[in-house]
Amino acid sequence: MSGHAVPVDFSGHMLDLDEDEDLEVFSKNTSLADGGPMPNSPSSLVNQYRLEEEEEQPGADAKDFFITVDNPESHVTAIETFIMYRVVTKTTRSEFDSSEYEVRRRYQDFLWLRGRLEESHPTLIVHPLPEKFVMKGMVERFNDGFIETRRKALHRFLNKISEHPVLSYSQHFKVFLTAQELTSHRKQGPGFLSRMGETVRAVANSVRGLRSRPEEFSVMQEYVDHFSTKICSVDKVTQRIIKEQREYLDELRQYGPTYTQWAELEEDLAEPLKGVADCVERCSQETEEQIQQLSEVLVPALHEYVLCAETLKAVMRRRDNIQAEFEAKNEALASRKADQDALQEEVDGLAERVEVANTTLKEDWSRWQKAMRTDLRSALISTTEKNVDYYEKCLAVWESFLLSLRVEPSGQENGDGAS
Amino acid sequence: MAEDGKEESMATDDDSDKTAEDGANSLNSMVEEGCTLLRRMEICVAEAEKRSGKNAVNMQETFTVYLIETRPMDALNEGRNPAPDSLWRRYSEFELLRNYLIVTYPYIVVPPLPEKRAEFVWHKLSADNMDPDFVERRRVGLENFLLRVASHPVLSNDKILYHFLTEVLGYSAADSRLKALSATFRVRNPDKRFMEMKHYSDELQSHTSQLLRARARVADRLYGVYKVHGNYGRVFSEWSAIEKEMGDGLQSAGHHMDAYAASIDDILEEEEHYADQLKEYLFYAEALRAVCRKHELTQFELEMASQDLISKKQQREELATGIVRTFSFKGMTNKLFGQEAPEQREARLKLLEELIAEGEDTVKEKTVECEEHVERAWVDMQRFKEQKDKDLREALINYAVMQISMCKKGIQVWGNAKECFLKM
Repeated sequence: MSGHAVPVDFSGHMLDLDEDEDLEVFSKNTSLADGGPMPNSPSSLVNQYRLEEEEEQPGADAKDFFITVDNPESHVTAIETFIMYRVVTKTTRSEFDSSEYEVRRRYQDFLWLRGRLEESHPTLIVHPLPEKFVMKGMVERFNDGFIETRRKALHRFLNKISEHPVLSYSQHFKVFLTAQELTSHRKQGPGFLSRMGETVRAVANSVRGLRSRPEEFSVMQEYVDHFSTKICSVDKVTQRIIKEQREYLDELRQYGPTYTQWAELEEDLAEPLKGVADCVERCSQETEEQIQQLSEVLVPALHEYVLCAETLKAVMRRRDNIQAEFEAKNEALASRKADQDALQEEVDGLAERVEVANTTLKEDWSRWQKAMRTDLRSALISTTEKNVDYYEKCLAVWESFLLSLRVEPSGQENGDGAS
Repeated sequence: MAEDGKEESMATDDDSDKTAEDGANSLNSMVEEGCTLLRRMEICVAEAEKRSGKNAVNMQETFTVYLIETRPMDALNEGRNPAPDSLWRRYSEFELLRNYLIVTYPYIVVPPLPEKRAEFVWHKLSADNMDPDFVERRRVGLENFLLRVASHPVLSNDKILYHFLTEVLGYSAADSRLKALSATFRVRNPDKRFMEMKHYSDELQSHTSQLLRARARVADRLYGVYKVHGNYGRVFSEWSAIEKEMGDGLQSAGHHMDAYAASIDDILEEEEHYADQLKEYLFYAEALRAVCRKHELTQFELEMASQDLISKKQQREELATGIVRTFSFKGMTNKLFGQEAPEQREARLKLLEELIAEGEDTVKEKTVECEEHVERAWVDMQRFKEQKDKDLREALINYAVMQISMCKKGIQVWGNAKECFLKM
């Protein structure tokens, strides 16, 4: 996918259509899109989905959303350059007027969505987005590898939301998936100032400190802190392995040719020498694939959970703040004599808020743990499978070399006169 | 002049036909005798020990000595198990033996010694001569050297070799002819086959050393890859402590990662044997080159002797006929100061005749020397070529077997890790 193709700006064209003609929009766009053949039926989309997402979600038979993020394209305006991604949704949910939607979204739009989800559900664990910037190792923001990695992560993000029993029903989610033009929706709602107010309150409360955190949440907090360090370590180790493998591959590529060059000097010895050179070359290719698996499967999965750990910490903080707010008001109630009724109502409200927050977090917590286990297990298994596959392929390469010399794999030469 | 030269060389060609046959006959009998040393005697380098003593400049030094054990084959064949005769020798004594063999049998591609210092090291191996792994591999290399020499059709006959294996003896300093081997000189008509062989030996040296260097770098990197996986072991173990359902799976997977990281040590240690086999032929290339250089030396000496003979004959002709064909200082002075007296001319002629006779003997001698060297060397170089092809083919096969073994280990470890993760 090229990052510099600038398509015809048909956003205005899309605005002309009513919502009733969403289906038309979809089929019209098929001819304009250059991202490959568009599946026209939910069943063919299922196949495409399965190819992309290899792990199975619990309760997959209850799936009522199929969302894909693809076809990144560069948009150039007077002020900035950014990437637009195509988001295609197929759903059976009754809340949606249509069963298929296609929209174009940029990274900022995803950020907006996540922000709104977190705001509405402060103690739910909202899946993280890929990072805004990549600190080290990136030269341009828009190189193909970076875009592809981000695209995959955005895809996973939307699918995680769509599987969430609460978040998938969010109005913001619906708008994100269906509205052709998101900017107008983004301007509505609480907005920047109120968010700032909440942050200030949160800071004030955290300075105040918590009276007593319920035991189960202390346990959770401890787990989150440990998990965060461990998952970061696993991520680092994996990146280190990739680095070492790359250096190994570089040396292998220089090693093989020394056999070939020597073979040119020899007569009887040329055949086995060339054979070894060939084996080394083929094993190099396998090593490259091995590195690819690590980079494209294990690292993204680990990285996602590194980000999740940060999300969890934020969730814990927010829960604490909700409790702190309640406690503050409760204390005020106890000390003040006047306005008891009004305050009492407020305190009751806050108490309920604490109750809701704790309950939703507990439920979401066990849900998250299951998902974490599934995701990381799957990524780790995939890695071990790739490694087994790597060694099996290399084994076959060396065994066929021995066979070509008419040698048994144990090292014994076969009866008849070899060269 | 030139015509004379041609006559000379044609004469030697005729002679060479006869001597070749004679040479071959004596070679056959040598081969028959030569096979016997290893058949008569079991040889091994059994142990290595550290010693310290005073060296040539009276300074204290530490060195390693190797135990050479020999047992008579007929005793073993009869089922008896006598105690071996043994003596200790250090590396420098092996060097003296080898130098002696090179000088005494210049037409033989003499088996090389294992390296004096550890070369082509990758970072795990130390470059220290006292390192036990290096000493052990050197022990094996020295044994290999003795076995090769003792099974060589020509070298195994040597008396000095026998004394080296059985008696405590000192050795004299290297021959000055050894120094001549490294001298540079230009040869007009070297044997084309030898020049090709010399070129081959240079190429062989170059390619094997490149290969060995590249292999060492690959080994270094592979070591890094395996060892980093050991970190998984540590981290998974720590992570398992905070997990309930995932804990056991992570913990056991971590153990497999530790095993994976540890497995590289043995794998690379085994690969060192392969490297040693290649190194032997790196050093063999040097020995081969020496044989070719020896040919150049003998050919050069022959050409010098022939040249000398030709010029003396020319001088005789000039003296006899009075006609000066080439410029010489003597000739000029004769012209300037007049002819010399008849008696003086007679005396000079007589001296020249003697010198010419000597020169002709020398040329005959050198021709024989040259031809014999060519003959014997060609035989040994053919033998060497066959040995090299066989040995290196086997080495490459062993390398493949090692790779297969490494792959099987990898399949096992990662399969086990997968099982652990499946249980999570």
